Amino acid sequence: MRNKNARTVNNIWTGIFYAIAALVVALLVYLVVEIIAKGWGFWDPNFLFGKPSNTMAGGGIGPQLFNSFYMLVLTLIISIPLGLGAGIYLAEYAKQGRFLNFVRLCIETMASLPSIVVGLFGLLIFVTFSGWGYTLIGGALVITILNLPGLTRVCESAIASVPASVKEASLGLGATKWQTIVKVVIPSAIQQIITGVILTAGRIFGEAAALIYTAGLTTPMLNSNADLTSPVNPFNIFRPAETLAVHIWKLNSEGIVPDARLIATKSAAILIIMVLLFNIVARLVAKLLDSYFKGSTKMKKRKDVKSAA
Amino acid sequence: MKGKKSINYVKSEYIGRTLSTFCGILIVLVTLAIIVFICEKGIQSFLQSNISIGEMLTSTKWSPNNKEYGALVFILGSMLVSIGAVIISAPIGIAIAIFNNYISPKFGSTVLRPVLELLVGVPSVVYGLLGVTILVPLLRDNFGGVGFSLIAGIIVLSVMILPTIASIADDAIRSVAPEYLEASYGLGSTRWQAISRVIIPSAKTGILTGIVLGLARAFGEALAVQMVIGNTVKLPESLYSPTATLTGILTMDMSNTLNGTAWNNALWTLAMILLLISFVFILIIRAIGKRGAHQ
Repeated sequence: MRNKNARTVNNIWTGIFYAIAALVVALLVYLVVEIIAKGWGFWDPNFLFGKPSNTMAGGGIGPQLFNSFYMLVLTLIISIPLGLGAGIYLAEYAKQGRFLNFVRLCIETMASLPSIVVGLFGLLIFVTFSGWGYTLIGGALVITILNLPGLTRVCESAIASVPASVKEASLGLGATKWQTIVKVVIPSAIQQIITGVILTAGRIFGEAAALIYTAGLTTPMLNSNADLTSPVNPFNIFRPAETLAVHIWKLNSEGIVPDARLIATKSAAILIIMVLLFNIVARLVAKLLDSYFKGSTKMKKRKDVKSAA
Repeated sequence: MKGKKSINYVKSEYIGRTLSTFCGILIVLVTLAIIVFICEKGIQSFLQSNISIGEMLTSTKWSPNNKEYGALVFILGSMLVSIGAVIISAPIGIAIAIFNNYISPKFGSTVLRPVLELLVGVPSVVYGLLGVTILVPLLRDNFGGVGFSLIAGIIVLSVMILPTIASIADDAIRSVAPEYLEASYGLGSTRWQAISRVIIPSAKTGILTGIVLGLARAFGEALAVQMVIGNTVKLPESLYSPTATLTGILTMDMSNTLNGTAWNNALWTLAMILLLISFVFILIIRAIGKRGAHQ
């Protein structure tokens, strides 16, 4: 009797688990479909590349979209070397002990800092103290701070997962530790590193809270013929730059354009599509690199030799 | 010969090691700089503007024009909204972790994990916008009021932190030794009995870590909450009334104030409180981890 009861309970719970799993999948599908349906028509080139309008309906998001991509590139240029370097340090050079423990505490702290607090730190340092005002480079530095812990972890675990035998072979041939890292370890860890970087890129693209007080809420009228030092040159890194994610927030809180809601939902649709793209690309790249590395027989042979010995 | 070798050594080892060590130290320096600078600004309201700490932490009257700087509404608002989100999200996240490992690992790895990864990537403004366009009208039509409310913030946040809790609980449950499950089955238990009495208790540490991280993330989230919670400076009377959070007031008011004024200083103090609370979360996670390691 008791046994039967337990089995019924078990079946009920199995049902509950299936229901919750289905619910979560349905939730994501609903959210994505809803956004894309509400922002239908977001691919219109007049909208994607057009100039925004402050008062009339029908404005575009050209400068904001450009700023988002430029910010992404700048941030990656700054944060990849730093993240990789810190990852190498943690995986290869750091010695166990108090200091390493402290570095890890700092990484954890940095990773859990609210993005608005990092944004305010940026306001203090990159806007007020440096005297730059709201700039692209200030925004890029702040997002670097936000993403550095994640990138460091990705690089560290990728490097740490390279088998010790591979490193020993290189060291045994007389290479220094650094040469081994650059020529052997990083190439074998590159697949994980690239996947991690692409996923981070998706997050950089959508960041807004930290940028409100660092890259600003405005964009000058861009003109690519202007001098590089002029604030209207799109590539000048010392100019204010409102990104797409910030634009959505601004439209929602203080938008006075009649079609503010529509522009916001269309922009959100673009953000979602970009996130989907980054995810798909990350998976594809991981698969491609994986088959590329597995396709070469060098590693296999080395393993055979080892097992034969 | 010896000299040449050492120059080579500098080139091929020393420079690289120095650079990578510098990157490691840079993380420490930036973290310390953030703490020092924010706290240095944050204590100005007590040093420079003579606002009392007691008033700030216990009063609910926030009205900078009348020189009243009680921040209790924001602190409580942030706490209520993030605890509410965790109450919704934690059971669902743990259920998903169990589903991925024991109920249907195949569906878990082909559908559910990728879905969660996508949910992590959705920008917070998009969640906020969805809250404003879908959730707020829904609440307004069904429960009256303005729709911008504590419960709207809780629901939006619970979706945002679900992937965090689920993925960490997933890792924790996956690392439970399969022998535990086999032993439980061997004693004649059903799957649910094994999960509830053996698997979850042994993955307790990891699951708790996930929940606290989710709480920390909810506490620090700014825009999504600010867009749906209504931002009125009063304690919520019910789940359906609007309130305000620490992150929300910082997002909206910092640009309205002049550097050095009491109002501005008070806002920096709120930022400092936010920073200190997120630091407390880290310490809790460390304590949980240590206790887990001792067991």
